[in-house]
Amino acid sequence: MTENATPEGRRILITGVSRFLGLRLAKRLEHDPGVAQIVGVDLEEPPVDIQGLEFVRADIRNPLVARVLEATKVDTIVHTNIASSPGRLGGRSQMKESNVIGTMQLLAAAQRATRVKKVVVKSSTAVYGSHPGEPSIIPESYSDRQADLSGYGKDCAEAETYVRDFGRRRPDVELSILRTQNVIGPTVHTSITEYLSLPVIPTALGFDPRMQFLHEEDAVEALYRALLMNSRGIFNIAGEGVVYLSKAIRMLERTQLPLLVPMASSAATLLRRFNLVDFPVDQLKLLVYGRVVDTRRAQAELGFEPRYTTEQALSDFRDHRAKDHAPEPSAHPTWERELFEYLRTKAESDRRTTDA
Amino acid sequence: MPEAEVIPIDGRSQSDPRRCRATTKDGKRCKRNSIGASGFCRTHGGREETRAEATEKARRQTARARVEDSPSDPRERIRSFMERRLAGNYEIDDFGFDEELYRDVLMPLARALYQDYFRVKTIGIDRIPAEGPALLVGNHSGTIPLDAVMMQHAVASEHPGHRVIRNMAADLVWKSPFISSLARKSGNAVACDEDAHELLRRGELVGVFPEGFKGVGKGWKNRYRLQRFGRGGFIEVALRSRVPIIPVAIVGAEETYPMIADLKPLAKALGFPYFPITPTFPLLGPLGLIPLPSKWIIEFGEPIAMDDYPEDAADDAMLIFDLTDSIRDTIQQMLLRNLGLRKGTFG
Repeated sequence: MTENATPEGRRILITGVSRFLGLRLAKRLEHDPGVAQIVGVDLEEPPVDIQGLEFVRADIRNPLVARVLEATKVDTIVHTNIASSPGRLGGRSQMKESNVIGTMQLLAAAQRATRVKKVVVKSSTAVYGSHPGEPSIIPESYSDRQADLSGYGKDCAEAETYVRDFGRRRPDVELSILRTQNVIGPTVHTSITEYLSLPVIPTALGFDPRMQFLHEEDAVEALYRALLMNSRGIFNIAGEGVVYLSKAIRMLERTQLPLLVPMASSAATLLRRFNLVDFPVDQLKLLVYGRVVDTRRAQAELGFEPRYTTEQALSDFRDHRAKDHAPEPSAHPTWERELFEYLRTKAESDRRTTDA
Repeated sequence: MPEAEVIPIDGRSQSDPRRCRATTKDGKRCKRNSIGASGFCRTHGGREETRAEATEKARRQTARARVEDSPSDPRERIRSFMERRLAGNYEIDDFGFDEELYRDVLMPLARALYQDYFRVKTIGIDRIPAEGPALLVGNHSGTIPLDAVMMQHAVASEHPGHRVIRNMAADLVWKSPFISSLARKSGNAVACDEDAHELLRRGELVGVFPEGFKGVGKGWKNRYRLQRFGRGGFIEVALRSRVPIIPVAIVGAEETYPMIADLKPLAKALGFPYFPITPTFPLLGPLGLIPLPSKWIIEFGEPIAMDDYPEDAADDAMLIFDLTDSIRDTIQQMLLRNLGLRKGTFG
């Protein structure tokens, strides 16, 4: 990390540090010579050790977060705490509260913190929704359909409006918003990965949506690049190329079960009730109309070139994960693999010390 | 196969490939050199190839090689095709266009209709450039948009480059089950500026029918009378992308399903733009869905260059209005002329 670096290195605050992307980003920055301090904020402690991380157990919805910014003297904020499903938060209203009010509080605090010079917010391509008449390849400038958004997409869109307000009030801050496409990969758990792990995959009869995926490593890399580059603005982040859902299902060697569209939402509710897949009903439209975004801007301005194409990300997911048909029992297992590895290495080192 | 009348345009075919292919406003050839392999000079939209375009080109080459490598025995071919499909081993572009499906399945299916049923005759197919972008603007008619498919087939089968036309389709198509996924796979895109610009930027031939549902859903008494050409959005697209417009006149589609009445209340209840009553539909039930065997003529007109207008021409509402009118007029004249060429509606 060279650009933006102060002589003593940067001080970076990461919200949602115990969640998948926050944790991975902290890991990525762990040994970066340009980083003096990483401050992680979350409700739970990160499941793996991160060298030099100062963990602060805090709720970003609480105005106390301003004190954290002040006390830790951070110059950069990475906000990865907009959640796509209620998960451990409980219900949908808690999720909305955390996503929208949390972002609002965090940015209100950041507005006062004069040391803050850079803010990166992880949003989602869900802000575009999925509509039959929208452009086949959606550019960042497309956003006139926000009225019919719901759930996660609406949260992201609302959070983004606060982010833009913040940008107007603090024009000296380098502000970027990353709209990430469906993240997929060996370890990440999202509603899409759970959906694609079902042995029989329900789809909408007569529709074959175009899907675009982003590999988990590329998602972390995009956040890293946004930190590194002196760039501002909104960026779509996705892997190259698209696949039809039907092809994705064939690549995963699963069976497709086409359902009539009105039935699909009850199917989603059922799956949810039985804890099989936590697929938000508001995301169902994605599985009917699909969504593909234009990624040229991230390529040109962030220099972000994903390592995995959409298909490669899907194959990587298949090779590592799709074999475990049954969804993982844990409610928030995003770091399960890391935790497992951590425990394993720890046990090994313990054994070594006792042996010695 | 019906004889295609080829009208040579001032020796274009023998011209220097390093020169820009565009035609200037006064009808002369552009004298500047083209950039890279784009075939156009800087002012006429020529650019160096970007990374994404290079990937796209490579994808196409593999797709084409696959078509050429496929076994000659038809049964063997079908088997290998099915095998790859079922394994998910095929490629599409970002718009969802499945070129293999288009060339190997859909176009052969359309051939019977094109060759034997409508006996389509084409005029001026060579006016479509061998490569590089162009906007094809056609008249729309016939209740069911068969004209869009026949136009695609004409260029896929008779043009020396066997190029694909990427038609722009309205919202209703994208809302409908089955139709929407077929439309995607056969290369259609959403009728919006973003899609049109992007396809043209990629050097595709883009087909638009500015009359929209007003064209396909017009009554029998208005046959071969062009409806309002939208709001001239296609002119704006062509001006901004600086690509030539090729007017297309399609004769014959009007008589496939002559609509004698439109049940507006029923259409409204079903969410359709119109509900057609034809001499055979709904009287004969599903049989009424068979089109009448009219004789078709598809003429591709002289390309109209859009690149000699000033940079801000796309913001000049009056200019767009005038250009829209003049292109509409051109197509109307072509239609009337070609109607005279037919010996009779079905002849």
